Amino acid sequence: MAGKYRVTYIEDGGKAHTVEVAEGWSLMEGAVKHLVPGIDADCGGACACATCQVYVAPDWMAKLPPKSEMEETMLDFAPAVTSESRLSCQLRMTAALDGIVLKLPKSQH
Amino acid sequence: MSEKIVIIGAGQAASQAVQSLRAEGFDGPITLVGDEAYPPYQRPPLSKAYLLGSFARERLFLKADDYYAQAGCELMLGATARAIHRDTRQVELEDGRRLSYDKLLLATGAKVRKLRCPGHDLPGIHYLKTIADVDGLQAVFTPGTRIAVVGGGYIGLEVAAVGAKRGLKVTVFEAMDRLMARAVSPQLSAFYAGEHEKAGVTLKLHTGVEAIGGQSKVEWVKAGGQTHACDIVLVGIGVIARDELAVAAGLASDDGIVVDQNARTGDPHIWAAGDCTRHVGREGHAIRLECVQNAIDQARHAALAMVGKPRIYSEVPWFWSDQYDLKLQIAGLARPTDTLVARGDPANRKFAVFHLRDGKLAAVEAVNAAPEYMIGKRLIADGKPVEAARLADLSIPMKTLA
Repeated sequence: MAGKYRVTYIEDGGKAHTVEVAEGWSLMEGAVKHLVPGIDADCGGACACATCQVYVAPDWMAKLPPKSEMEETMLDFAPAVTSESRLSCQLRMTAALDGIVLKLPKSQH
Repeated sequence: MSEKIVIIGAGQAASQAVQSLRAEGFDGPITLVGDEAYPPYQRPPLSKAYLLGSFARERLFLKADDYYAQAGCELMLGATARAIHRDTRQVELEDGRRLSYDKLLLATGAKVRKLRCPGHDLPGIHYLKTIADVDGLQAVFTPGTRIAVVGGGYIGLEVAAVGAKRGLKVTVFEAMDRLMARAVSPQLSAFYAGEHEKAGVTLKLHTGVEAIGGQSKVEWVKAGGQTHACDIVLVGIGVIARDELAVAAGLASDDGIVVDQNARTGDPHIWAAGDCTRHVGREGHAIRLECVQNAIDQARHAALAMVGKPRIYSEVPWFWSDQYDLKLQIAGLARPTDTLVARGDPANRKFAVFHLRDGKLAAVEAVNAAPEYMIGKRLIADGKPVEAARLADLSIPMKTLA
């Protein structure tokens, strides 16, 4: 059995949701399946819609793999992108990310 | 007393409708009737990562297990609706039970088009629409197996790509003279044909399957007058809207349950969303879409209308397909009469084809080209005039064209 690790999603309004996400799952899936509002993920994780943007603080960002070219270009077209933006469908849960905090944008569209 | 909503179907549209109904403040009971054994799940990975075995089944499900209970939505799975009684506003199930509704949403989806040639019912012939279909296919989807793929559309080609990757011997039979003829431009068809051949897939274009034969199971496919030996057959020749319940209940259907721009049928208590519908699209024509985008957006609009906040559904349709390491993204609906403008060189495996109509962008097909897709989608929605020369010029970044 793969391990499960904690992720905290913080809505734009400040409401926090801490859920457990299985190793290997994407951080988008963790949010969608636990009904965290603020992640639409229309395409289900195919990196085809850019509606699963999250903001990652620098200390956690350092533990994430770099963006693929596809993620980079899709992010270019998401609203309110900052240097902390990632597409959560491209981020896989690992033990090293236990406790990661992700902030959500006001809107994905 | 709060109203009761019944949803027939348990796919992407049904799941979205439940979510949107709750998000829009509907607090009455919702019952979801699905004929498969599973709660709503994503179908796109079925012909891709799930078939390959790199995507666990539990990841297919659209919501967490306890979502429906928490949302106050009763899931009736493995349950088939037999009839809609509009006079008494009841849905009758196969086992005779009746569910009363104040509002009904039909999210019945589509069913696969079946082969009708001689030998069409031999064991070893597979279709791909459900988890159960893929589980059955996976058992025989082994290296060295000779698979005849009938139909060179999205499903057939995605299976071909996964098959080639898994070491199967793949032959694709397509009755038209090019791949994905219904969905993409000739340029894209030619490019994908080259990619499949590079991966070792044999393509038989302009070659309709005439018969399938074998002793007790599939052993050969006869196509274009020739016999081709094979171990299994995968058929991907399109889908048919599941409109039987609606038609039997006297609702209008034209190869798809006819709905208005609020996803409502001719009955003020009945809406329909997703693959099962035909609606007037943003270009003013009645269209039937088979895609996740339509399931999500139309279900969302149905939910809005059901709670008394109707909004016109006019989103730009979008589609995607994963074959090998190629991400195909399409927005808009092309027509054969569109003027085509290419951007980038297919040899680089990164390019786009724009479809212009009356000086505006009508559709974009992008291969490994997210900016072209994302900006293209925006240009289609905006409906502003575009310049072909600028779209074709790679030295002009897409971003500056929005």
